[in-house]
Amino acid sequence: MAQNGTIENGLARNACPPPLPQPVKIPEIKHTKIFINNEWHTAIKGKTFPTINPATGVKICDVEEADKADVDEAVKAAKAAGQRGSEWRRMDASSRGGLLHRLADLLERERFVLATLESMDTGKPFLHAFFVDLDGSIKTLRYYAGWADKIHGKTMPVDENFVCFTKHEPVGVCGAIIPWNFPLLMFTWKIAPALACGNTVVIKPAEQTPLTALHVGALIKEAGFPPGVVNIVPGFGPTAGAAIASHMNIDKVAFTGSTEVGQLIKAAAAKSNLKRVTLELGGKNPCIVFADSDLQSAVEETQKGSFFNQGQACTAASRVYVEEPIYDEFVRLSVERAKNIAIGDPMEPRTSHGPQIDQHQFDKILELVASGKKEGATLECGGCAVEDRGLFIHPTIFSDVKDHMRIAKEEIFGPVQCIMKFKMQEEVIDRANSSQYGLTAAVFTRDVHRAMSVSAALEAGTVWVNCYNALHAQAPFGGFKMSGNGRELGEYALAEYTEVKAITIKLREQLTL
Amino acid sequence: MNWQRFSFCLCTASSGCFVYKIIHFLATYCCKQNLVVTAWRLVFILNSSLKVLPALCLKKLHYIFINNEWHDSVSGKVFSTYNPATGEKICDVQEADKADVDKAVQAARLAFSLGSVWRKMDASERGRLLFKLANLVERDSAYLATLESLDTGKPFLSSFFVDLQGTIKTFRYFAGWADKIHGSTIPTDGEYFTLTRHEPIGVCGQIVPWNFPLVMTAWKLGPALSCGNTVVLKPAEQTPLTCLYIGALIKEAGFPPGVVNILPGYGPTAGAAIASHMGIDKVAFTGSTEVGKLIQEAAGKSNLKRVTLELGGKNPNIIFADADFELAVEQAHQGVFFNSGQCCTAGSRIFVEEPIYEEFVRRSVERAQRRTVGNPFDPTTEQGPQVSAEQQSRVLELIQSGITEGAKLECGGKAPPSKGFFVEPTVFSDVQDHMRIAKEEIFGPVQQIMKFKTIEEVIERANNTEYGLAAAVFTTDLNKAMNVSAALQAGTVWINCYNALSCQCPFGGFKMSGNGRELGEIGLKEYTEVKTITMKMSGKKS
Repeated sequence: MAQNGTIENGLARNACPPPLPQPVKIPEIKHTKIFINNEWHTAIKGKTFPTINPATGVKICDVEEADKADVDEAVKAAKAAGQRGSEWRRMDASSRGGLLHRLADLLERERFVLATLESMDTGKPFLHAFFVDLDGSIKTLRYYAGWADKIHGKTMPVDENFVCFTKHEPVGVCGAIIPWNFPLLMFTWKIAPALACGNTVVIKPAEQTPLTALHVGALIKEAGFPPGVVNIVPGFGPTAGAAIASHMNIDKVAFTGSTEVGQLIKAAAAKSNLKRVTLELGGKNPCIVFADSDLQSAVEETQKGSFFNQGQACTAASRVYVEEPIYDEFVRLSVERAKNIAIGDPMEPRTSHGPQIDQHQFDKILELVASGKKEGATLECGGCAVEDRGLFIHPTIFSDVKDHMRIAKEEIFGPVQCIMKFKMQEEVIDRANSSQYGLTAAVFTRDVHRAMSVSAALEAGTVWVNCYNALHAQAPFGGFKMSGNGRELGEYALAEYTEVKAITIKLREQLTL
Repeated sequence: MNWQRFSFCLCTASSGCFVYKIIHFLATYCCKQNLVVTAWRLVFILNSSLKVLPALCLKKLHYIFINNEWHDSVSGKVFSTYNPATGEKICDVQEADKADVDKAVQAARLAFSLGSVWRKMDASERGRLLFKLANLVERDSAYLATLESLDTGKPFLSSFFVDLQGTIKTFRYFAGWADKIHGSTIPTDGEYFTLTRHEPIGVCGQIVPWNFPLVMTAWKLGPALSCGNTVVLKPAEQTPLTCLYIGALIKEAGFPPGVVNILPGYGPTAGAAIASHMGIDKVAFTGSTEVGKLIQEAAGKSNLKRVTLELGGKNPNIIFADADFELAVEQAHQGVFFNSGQCCTAGSRIFVEEPIYEEFVRRSVERAQRRTVGNPFDPTTEQGPQVSAEQQSRVLELIQSGITEGAKLECGGKAPPSKGFFVEPTVFSDVQDHMRIAKEEIFGPVQQIMKFKTIEEVIERANNTEYGLAAAVFTTDLNKAMNVSAALQAGTVWINCYNALSCQCPFGGFKMSGNGRELGEIGLKEYTEVKTITMKMSGKKS
């Protein structure tokens, strides 16, 4: 999920690139506790959980484990912070924007530490963390900083002697549950629009990757957000996550993760207090490559789309449909390229492929790879773990993949590229849309007609033409069908974090116009 | 705290400079902490040492700013800028004329050419630069406020809390818009697909007045740069200094050369050259209605450049008997006397409902008599001088006409004995609508108080003017508030407040008070061209 493009983009602005950034030494993890009311708390039950470096299998540290009781405390703090007359509610909208800008400045200041932490905790290459995750996070905060005092209501020319106008008010306490694949980026996608609109937040980072979120907790306090505006509860889904989804005093929940859990969240919201729900879930994203496309670029973009972040992206290009005349050549070039991917220590600058996040994911991926072989797809390369390297999996390519196979239907969330063949435009559109998912899609062609008509026909929240993973803070992102509800980013996200209030005033007589 | 460069010059220029620096630092700190009185004492000490300022005359601030460089005028001419509180010259400034405007337009055109650094820059990056500019203005705000007061005569506290804050906020606000200027996609009939792009217009000429030199600079630069235009800006000849300082900050912030060019000079020469220039795509002007007409005409005769105008006002302020009386008296007072009455928004026609008229006049006179007039750097001063001897005599002439035409002079009416261009706070009662003081924009500290009986009558009288900039209504009755605000012909209506301007809200005039709007989202519209891109589609799908 490369926000704002790629590493190359991050460097392009200088004619002579500066030396590559280096990870910093982190002798001791400072923030491992629960963050409520701008203070650090131990878990009420006294439990902790370890967070592991997936590249080495070594424990980084223990983190306080939030459960229902801790969520209750956090919600209490968030509710108080968002109460009528509170400092946060009385604050000028432009000052809310000022605080978000300040937070962005602090992330910039701590960029090296945060990128190192992110890389340690997720296993993603340090340079990816530095140029993609950090860049995207900072830009997201700045983008929404600008929105804070531009959230306009309207006046309506209603009939008869009434005056009517709308105010877009904050929803209230927003629960957020975020995944482990882009911990910091997802953290900012959630808090930035929520805070720009004036909400308060209770956010649960994934149990695999709580460290950067907690570090940002300290920065939120330093930036000057009033206590209780943002509360961070590290913990597990079935306990802390469930408590958020079904909490009676949480007014809205935003979740990024699997479709399976997304369904549970929405059900819990309905059973409790009908809280508003936004979901950003799985994808099995089609990538359609026509024979008239720039082949080299199509090979590169689809492969980066498949393998970026070790395939652990909801936007992963996991169904690549290639037009018959170029199919064999496309497979050949893809395999050639995949074999050159540098696997290794995420802290090394030349590494572009790190480990999977944990054993559970690792096993699941290898099991799906095995099913692909069994069901008759051709394994072109990879297909196994890197020897003696714990959670590393070789970039894997299957050709001759059929739509009915499990690897063509299920979200693998691993470095597995499935390449299918197609003959007709109508056929490929049908096949691409024949999925419960509808998150993203891509089309590669030089023909502007085809680009327009295929992008119009695809059932997906985002369609990339001749590019992949081109995400921007300014552009909305989210899923059709079972890939989600609602949209994040762009102006659209503001609608998910505001309640519209229509105020109608009866006058004695009609306005003298 | 960093107001460096110039305090540094000062340090090297005079002995005892270290003390100066410390005092300035403390003053800035206190202002920020709202320790106003302490700040004031410090500033007072500081400014008694400001006599050295003219000598310094700010190294660079008397040059023309083109391509991020400082230039002499092509003609070699200079003009002087004065401290209106003392009548003394501050310094000479290079005088831009047509030839300099040509140079600046060339630089601005180059900076705007396709493929230039500025045109290729990400919109979010434009926003970053504007945000940085705001930070730099904030860093140097004590210095800029001092300079603004020196050049305009407005009280230092006003400069610091009104002008500087307004400037910083405007830059920040438009910084945020840069990557939020959305086009739309349109479901056209037939087998077509349409989208719009909101593109920058090109080179924008901007001519700003002397009453709020910094704020007007920000109102002009903020949206123009946010939308990606390049700018040729002329500050007023009375007050070029702070605007030129902004030039230095533009460069420091990292704007590419040629994006902003600043040309100090006169209206009939440099201003006219901008208005009729064939290489300028849009002109924005704030100033008198008279000159506004010339600008629009010049734009029409030359290249049909887009025009936005923010011109004069003769703004009605309607006080109903049911209003919060104390609030109305004070707001009406501030509304007309703020900035020595030198505001296009000045509430210069106060219509008061009959039952409270006498009392309102009595209290307004009392308040005006309490208004302290004097040295802008004196902490107790509410009102400084008019900007120039010319403005001063114009105001005094209009006061005289009021007396001659039979209005009752309740207080003031004269220039106090001083070398500066001061005018006493003046109140007229029994003013009739046909009198010159009720019709012409005075641009001075003169309050006209009229009487009215019915709501229909007052609406009619309030609207009976060529102007339509701002208006206000004071009432506790919701119906009256909504009805009167709907009926008034004015671009801004304030209810139970006055001069409540903010960068988020559009501002501009009905009728002959102007064309177009500044500030708010609508302000962006004046700095973009909409391009409709329609593509033939085969086989349409909704």
